[in-house]
Amino acid sequence: MDTPPAVRARGITKCFGEVVALDGIDLDVAQGQIHGLVGPNGAGKTTLLGLLLGLAAADSGSLDILDTPVGRALTAPEGVAGFVDGPGLYPSLTARQNLAALAALRGGRRARGAGIDDALDQVGLTDVAADKARGFSLGMRQRLGLAAALLTRPRLLVLDEPSNGLDPAGKKHVHGVLTRLAAEGTAVVLSSHRMDDLEALCSEVTILSTGRIVFTGPLSKLAAENSELDYRLLTSDPQTARRIADGTADVHVAGSAAEWRGAEALVVRALVPALDELVAHLVRDGVAIRELAPVVSPLEAAFLALTEPQEAGR
Amino acid sequence: MTATATAPAAPAAAGPPRVSVARGYRFEVVKLVSQWRVRLVVLACWLAPALFVAAVSQQSTLPSDTLFGRWMHATGWAGSLVILGFSGTWALPLLTSLVAGDVFAAEDRLGTWRHLLVAVRSPRRIFAAKALASLTVILLLVVGLAASSIVGGLLAVGNHPLVGLDGHLLAPSDAAGKVLMAWACVLAPTLALAAIGLLGSVALGRSPMGLLLPALVALAMQLAQMLPLPVAVRLALPGYAFISWSGLFTDPGQLRPLAVGVAVSLVWAVVATALAYAVFVRRDFTNASYDGHGRRAVTVGVLPLAALLGATVAGVAVATPSMHSGIEQDKVQRSVAVAFAHLYRMQTDELNRPAVTEAQLRVSAACNKGGGQRTAEGAGNDWRCVVSWHLPGVRAVGSAVYQLDITSDGRFVADGDGPKEVNGYFLVRTPNGDAPNPLWQFDGNVELLDTTPKG
Repeated sequence: MDTPPAVRARGITKCFGEVVALDGIDLDVAQGQIHGLVGPNGAGKTTLLGLLLGLAAADSGSLDILDTPVGRALTAPEGVAGFVDGPGLYPSLTARQNLAALAALRGGRRARGAGIDDALDQVGLTDVAADKARGFSLGMRQRLGLAAALLTRPRLLVLDEPSNGLDPAGKKHVHGVLTRLAAEGTAVVLSSHRMDDLEALCSEVTILSTGRIVFTGPLSKLAAENSELDYRLLTSDPQTARRIADGTADVHVAGSAAEWRGAEALVVRALVPALDELVAHLVRDGVAIRELAPVVSPLEAAFLALTEPQEAGR
Repeated sequence: MTATATAPAAPAAAGPPRVSVARGYRFEVVKLVSQWRVRLVVLACWLAPALFVAAVSQQSTLPSDTLFGRWMHATGWAGSLVILGFSGTWALPLLTSLVAGDVFAAEDRLGTWRHLLVAVRSPRRIFAAKALASLTVILLLVVGLAASSIVGGLLAVGNHPLVGLDGHLLAPSDAAGKVLMAWACVLAPTLALAAIGLLGSVALGRSPMGLLLPALVALAMQLAQMLPLPVAVRLALPGYAFISWSGLFTDPGQLRPLAVGVAVSLVWAVVATALAYAVFVRRDFTNASYDGHGRRAVTVGVLPLAALLGATVAGVAVATPSMHSGIEQDKVQRSVAVAFAHLYRMQTDELNRPAVTEAQLRVSAACNKGGGQRTAEGAGNDWRCVVSWHLPGVRAVGSAVYQLDITSDGRFVADGDGPKEVNGYFLVRTPNGDAPNPLWQFDGNVELLDTTPKG
């Protein structure tokens, strides 16, 4: 039996006066999936996240969240948590008091005490639990916002730029939490401008531009649909590698070698099949490959390729 | 395509469990009490009046320009009424600004609206919780002002009789009841200001105007009370009960203006709260940089309140034929005569003379304005009264002169102009030494609404 999607949107349109923020959006997010939302500023990401959180109602179209149709009233079904435009925290309360007040609001006795400690521990804020939120950095605020969302044991978690301001340790905590939630069946929809985060976390992405979807689907599909990418190639023998690359069909070598971390790097442009061919040639000729990575991530390249024409056409 | 926006809402069975208003209320109270400025204000309201009343009561110079200030040496109840007068003018408008004027705007400032809406899932319940929480804090502040000033006065001066606004003496138990009643009456205009604060906070968002609105409205109302407005307009202003509580301290009480003032204030409180609610539930919470409704705030907030003012003026004008100043010669004469008779008895008692009654004194007053050159009507400091009285067994008629300064709201200060033995000097020589002369200067009140003289 098919499990219903956590989010099912069809033909969602939302306008603010003359401005069309969302124009006929279709979106599906499966349970247990981390779904990335990408788009340039003003693309409609925050508006879409706001609809999922029940902060606004669509002008037209249908939206089902956690198998519950969402009407015009400003409310989201139980099981939805998250934040847009940064978490809402009360600076005069400590981290623990912020969570305790929220737990008391929800009436979840279970969420109090141990639940709060657990949420703080998951996001790595146990040591500052007694500190007022007023003194928190942006990254700490993001993590506390995530802890607040965790308290409600969400089945759909909606996060707007959750990686903003995170240091490596904070990022590790947040990624760990999101991955574990997804493994437990929670659907996560997050927006970010950090493509590396999205590539590390998301199984599917949706790219928005000027209120419309220009791509939605798995990252692998995005890479396959995309045009050629530039790859940085570090080998044990740059001269031989250049010669082999020049001789490989559909592989284009950049004019001059680039310095990369103290070594001579080759930049080649190719589709994935041609790149596979090049790697096979290099190995066959005894050239060791020390690094092969896209100069610009596939998602970022796709994002730029798909959104720039739309932005230019504005 | 199905347009869900026009389709029925989700079935109730599938809806989320509600965050009750009670839980939202506790959440709001926790947030308010966690603010250091709210804690400070609560502390100040519970301590400062007691300290002020106790300190002033020990001074040789009393705030005699404030209603009941001249009696602060005589009884502990006077201090609370001085604080009440000050609160109606300054403290309560500012406190309501601080609490009700900020309760919604604070979420705009902190950027927490979305968080709150996701947590509570109902703008209606958020509104109810915030309104109730701010009401609770405001009540806490008012109760603090009242309790503190009463305790301070009673501890510093004692539980003695209070001289009413017409000179009659209230027993301590009567004074206690009327002081508490006066504080209860000013809750009505406080609620009206709080509701205006809610409206400003909702409609103007982060704009400082939202925070200042109750204070500005209160200031405007005070300025209006200083103008020579018709009585109907004066009574239709929601702050009139800040003034008309003084009617409790006359005998018989001037209760009609007080009742009208309280009723008008409550109507304003209900209407302004309803408007705030209507604006709030229509708000777009997706706009993080919301700075109020701008011009729409005028149409949804200011215009209905202006219409309400017009309606209350019309209502009061129909209910009471009062489209004049309300300060007329016969009413002034009656007020001065009544107060003089009561205070004369007090002076007689101080001087250890044979007791007389008001009926025996048969006091009358003849007042004119501007030396008789002007119509004896309306506010001004150019009223002059000649008071006459009789003593049992004495054929001669006593007379004394007073200069009156009557303000537009009907209050007056009568300043004795002689003879010196009666009202020309601030002290009288008693068998126990010099004592304050109750006839030298006294406060009084002209009831602005038309009354039928009794007796």
